[in-house]
Amino acid sequence: MREVCDLVVVGAGPGGLAAACRAAEAGLDVLVLDAQPEPGGQVWRGEARKGSNRLARRWLTRFSASGARFRPGARVIAAPEPGVLLVEEASSSFAVRYGRAVLATGARERFLPFPGWTLPGVLGVSGLQVLVKDGLPIEGKRVVLAGTGPLLLVAAATIHAHGGEVLYIAEQASAASHWGFALQLWRQPAKLLQGALMSAKLVSVPTSTDAWVTAAEGERRLEAVRLSVRGREEHLHCDYLGAAYGLVPNLEVARLLGCETSAGAVVVDDRLETRVPKVHAVGELLGIGGVDQALVTGALAGLVAAEQPVPLELERSWHRVRTFAAQLARHDAPRAELLRLAAPDTLLCRCEDVPMSALEGCQNLREARLYARLGMGACQGRTCGTAAQALFGWSGEDVRPPCLPARIGSLRLPSDVSSTHTRES
Amino acid sequence: MSAFDCVIVGGGIVGAALADVLSAEGVSVALVEARSIGTGTTACGMGHLVAMDDNAAELALTAWSVALWRELAPGLPRTVEYDACGTLWLAADDEEMAAVSAKVANYRAAGVRAEVLDSAALYEAEPALAPGLVGALRVPEDAVLYPPLAARTFALRAQARGARLMTGCPVRELRPGGVVLANGEVLAARHIVLAAGVASPLLCPGLPISPRKGHLLITRRGAPVVHHQLVELGYLKSAHGTDGASVAFNAQPRVTGQLLLGSSRQPGDGTREVDAALLERMLKRAALFLPGLDGLQALRVWTGLRPATPDGLPLLGPHPEKPWLWLACGHEGLGITTATGSARLVADQLLGRASVIDSRPYSPARFLSASGPEVAHA
Repeated sequence: MREVCDLVVVGAGPGGLAAACRAAEAGLDVLVLDAQPEPGGQVWRGEARKGSNRLARRWLTRFSASGARFRPGARVIAAPEPGVLLVEEASSSFAVRYGRAVLATGARERFLPFPGWTLPGVLGVSGLQVLVKDGLPIEGKRVVLAGTGPLLLVAAATIHAHGGEVLYIAEQASAASHWGFALQLWRQPAKLLQGALMSAKLVSVPTSTDAWVTAAEGERRLEAVRLSVRGREEHLHCDYLGAAYGLVPNLEVARLLGCETSAGAVVVDDRLETRVPKVHAVGELLGIGGVDQALVTGALAGLVAAEQPVPLELERSWHRVRTFAAQLARHDAPRAELLRLAAPDTLLCRCEDVPMSALEGCQNLREARLYARLGMGACQGRTCGTAAQALFGWSGEDVRPPCLPARIGSLRLPSDVSSTHTRES
Repeated sequence: MSAFDCVIVGGGIVGAALADVLSAEGVSVALVEARSIGTGTTACGMGHLVAMDDNAAELALTAWSVALWRELAPGLPRTVEYDACGTLWLAADDEEMAAVSAKVANYRAAGVRAEVLDSAALYEAEPALAPGLVGALRVPEDAVLYPPLAARTFALRAQARGARLMTGCPVRELRPGGVVLANGEVLAARHIVLAAGVASPLLCPGLPISPRKGHLLITRRGAPVVHHQLVELGYLKSAHGTDGASVAFNAQPRVTGQLLLGSSRQPGDGTREVDAALLERMLKRAALFLPGLDGLQALRVWTGLRPATPDGLPLLGPHPEKPWLWLACGHEGLGITTATGSARLVADQLLGRASVIDSRPYSPARFLSASGPEVAHA
């Protein structure tokens, strides 16, 4: 089976939606692919049904009316030739032949290993929030959250709203960095308002900067956590721990297509075009910047793709959101203590059960992969590769197809897409 | 300036095996590798230890090498995953089945156990195979292993005996009496062995070695069970065609519960990218032999570059025009299998003693004779 479109958008979070709306409204035939069953991405997960977030509702409504086509449950697995993507669905696969592409693949949480981090009951901060939104019974459960940045408060608000008892919020950033960041939010009135609303609901929750989890404890599942709070040790009994240290961009599809990356972000020009012609990158791929950055850059890329003029106001907004993203990166950078928590028997790669001690003598990621099987499992190093980068400074290897585990049949090119097809100019 | 009896350039499985053998003989050795031990072509192959009988020289070297591996196996760490699963050469039709009897005689003459399975015995041994195959040749003492850690084991054993292991250390030039590193340092050596696989011609221009690219795919754990390395007899036809790209069914059970699938050959292709159209052909071929393959989860696809010589045999021995330079390269797809035998042959020649097998068929002089190129095989 084959799809043909002017513009393919990979990812239906805010960035992808904004790009798709602008391009489709300008008359392009737009196809949007997303691994999830509904549009919205991780940040607007479930909003397509609930519609409680006004901004999400506005964009999702606009998207439905835009004329863009949406393929849910569609995962990009390979890029067999320029201008073609292979896409896997639940029980079938298809190829997309596109004129331009906007990559809006968002971000995932950065996990750093500490003793007990693989116990059942220990999740990411946003990971726990997503489960709660999706129906994990949290009422009356005791929850500790540890991490960095605004996501901690967002997750706490969700858990609180669903009846969970947030015992503690541990922010790894130093007080100076954290309050400096908070003051910067004055330049971002919308963000300040969000922050204030969330803080008001959570005013009774103990929160500390310079605080992080040193260990999760329990026999078969999580029973308690140890925290380092401004140099003191705290011990809290709890049912769930959400622990992750900020976000990192999902670069796999971009790197599969050959886009250049630098310092953990996709390199783009002022039209958000990557080093690969006709392929654009938006949102978190440019460096973690949140919903505002995604919407602004998505709109910009959508207009560029449709060869529409870019309003000056949009250009200005882009510069503003970039400033915020740079501040966030400084605030979220994991502190040195977090990189020394893992014990020799702490797993770094949970797919292949690789403990820290197995990496002894390994000089780089390729050695760790080949000698110790780090990142050789089903997640293809998405979790441990990010941690290894933070812990040892090892950078990732080339991304090869399939960029996610996929059925062998899905890797077989559909018969109507052959490399002898004339490529679109 | 450091002085060694022997500097080995290239820390793939061949160079590492040679460092192991020479250091055990008390030779002072440096093993110099541009990147990491066992992470080049060594890490890209299947790790199939296979006796091959295309010609007498190939059979002699592979049969001896597989036997050497079997002797080494008890001393290898568990992580090397040595598994004496044997090979099944699958006959798809009566013509291929007829070839099986001749092969059995060949193998037995070389001291390799081999037996014929009829169709019933084949399906009893491998129920997952597609119906319609007429039988197979079983070579029970063939084995599989995990090459990067085998290479690393050899290198670490050499290091424990005093050999110097230099990784992340590209070589700029080979010259009489020493090796010049990219950083300008010179390693003085009486003998230099070039074991740099596909990169060998960069350091010794004129070597008849060209890349022959291959693709492999590995599944997630929990793949359907096969018990032997499975290879179609048609592989022999496709592997030795020298023109154009070819594919053949080749499947290997890993001790991890994964299935490793091959194979493809692209003569002269030195690129690293996955060729989607060729991968398609390879997978289509594999699905003919293993029904239900399309539904399995593929975890990774990768490519590797086999260092191919014109006659399919490696270059093992002195460079005819450079008496200070020894060659241990050009193993094409058999470098893992013949690393053990190749290391012994080169070590024996270096130490001036006789080998268990005749070393002459692998002599670099067959291509690099001072009197100009000649074709040694009919």
